[in-house]
Amino acid sequence: MSIMEYNGAAVVAMVGKNCVAIGADKRLGQQSLTVSTDFPKIFTMTDKTMIGLAGLATDVLTLRDQFRLKTKLYQLEENRVIEPQTFANMVSSTLYSKRFGPYFIEPVVAGLDKHDKPFICSMDTIGCINFAKDFVVAGTAGGNLYGMCESLWEPDLEPEDLFETVSQALLNAVDRNCLSGWGAVVHIITPDKVVTRSLKARMD
Amino acid sequence: MLSEIVAQYSNDAALTAGSAHTGSSGLLGRDFAKMTNDLIFDLPNTQDPAEFLNTYTDVDSSADNQIKFAHGTTTLGFKYDDGVVICTDSRASQGSVIASQSVKKVIEINPYLLGTMAGGAADCQFWERELGRRCRLYELRNKERISVAAASKLLGNMVYSYKGMGLSMGTMISGWDKMGPSLFYVDNDGTRLRGDLFSVGSGSTFAYGILDSAYDAGLQKNDAIELGRRAIYHAAHRDAFSGGSVRVYHINEDGWEFISLTDFDDLHWDYTDRANRAT
Repeated sequence: MSIMEYNGAAVVAMVGKNCVAIGADKRLGQQSLTVSTDFPKIFTMTDKTMIGLAGLATDVLTLRDQFRLKTKLYQLEENRVIEPQTFANMVSSTLYSKRFGPYFIEPVVAGLDKHDKPFICSMDTIGCINFAKDFVVAGTAGGNLYGMCESLWEPDLEPEDLFETVSQALLNAVDRNCLSGWGAVVHIITPDKVVTRSLKARMD
Repeated sequence: MLSEIVAQYSNDAALTAGSAHTGSSGLLGRDFAKMTNDLIFDLPNTQDPAEFLNTYTDVDSSADNQIKFAHGTTTLGFKYDDGVVICTDSRASQGSVIASQSVKKVIEINPYLLGTMAGGAADCQFWERELGRRCRLYELRNKERISVAAASKLLGNMVYSYKGMGLSMGTMISGWDKMGPSLFYVDNDGTRLRGDLFSVGSGSTFAYGILDSAYDAGLQKNDAIELGRRAIYHAAHRDAFSGGSVRVYHINEDGWEFISLTDFDDLHWDYTDRANRAT
């Protein structure tokens, strides 16, 4: 029994033209038992930064609260909104602070910086950051997602096309993974708005 | 004439079809095999083949286990006044990867007998086909069809003779004979149970929940079929290792009849639409 596969998750983020997308499945399981089909794994940190947390669900909740606290304190002390890059470094050092007893979480960060330049990255459980120009993935369907993204992604996608690409990658990846799926959600972050859509998926 | 056919297919042909002898003796499976003039398999050339196998094929874990291909499964069968309903899902998983969504987990042994498949796909397929061969020989010898009780006992005895050698199967044998509808559960430890209602596999607990809440021996055919389908549907929804499509068979005095194969996705939106209309 792997602790990383106890609850099941699929998270993906992609870069488009002046936009980023982040998506995740909705399942919460206990090994083979599906407990919930409406469990959020992506959280809003600032107007233009979101984080997706794949891994052990109890740590998803703990870290969500911790990151929310830290971003709000940053805003109060600095009088400015945290940049996605800075936020990613904060996430990284939070994870590394538990180097010898880690949170069982693989985070994915997606956002637009102050110049509205797209930023995405993923991390392992102890905070090693993987910066990518195209896409990042995490969760039990991570392998499947890499395959889908590798074949579907192309540079400079407009928000609507990026949405389609992320959705297809996510849906087709979870349909070949037992532990994730049961619905999905995709957020598209553009300079002036965030569009959130729920996807109808196979429920088995 | 008939005895020639029987002779041709029972003893020598089966022996030559089996693999080469290694010369060792005193082994569990072989004693039984010799006794019954049956198949002979190659065995690891060690003191205790069963122990050797267990060190290389981990029977209990699912991760690196080649044998347990279709381990995640939901199958069910129940007997009622007008016959037997048999339903299965169609998913095969290897670890957390979905290997196939279109597996046929109902094995048509002969026009009056059905077997279901849970556990090792190869084991179920091979032994239920072998059961089909033996049932045919019984028919030729005795000029009448074998009873379901006898057929399931043949299978039970076959797998029991390989107990501890890593066979993996949880199966239901059902059909119609002189006694009417019959249903048996047979598994690799040699368990053989007669019953009115069984469900086997990782999703079986969910299926039992639905079946127990609505099962009645006096059910109409259509309602019985729908109950079976719904039980598999709910199991496929809750159990990560079950899914794909729902396959339904019905058995009456004329033998088995294939009823339907419905994709889970179609079934799901159909059921949710119906539920929404009702409210």
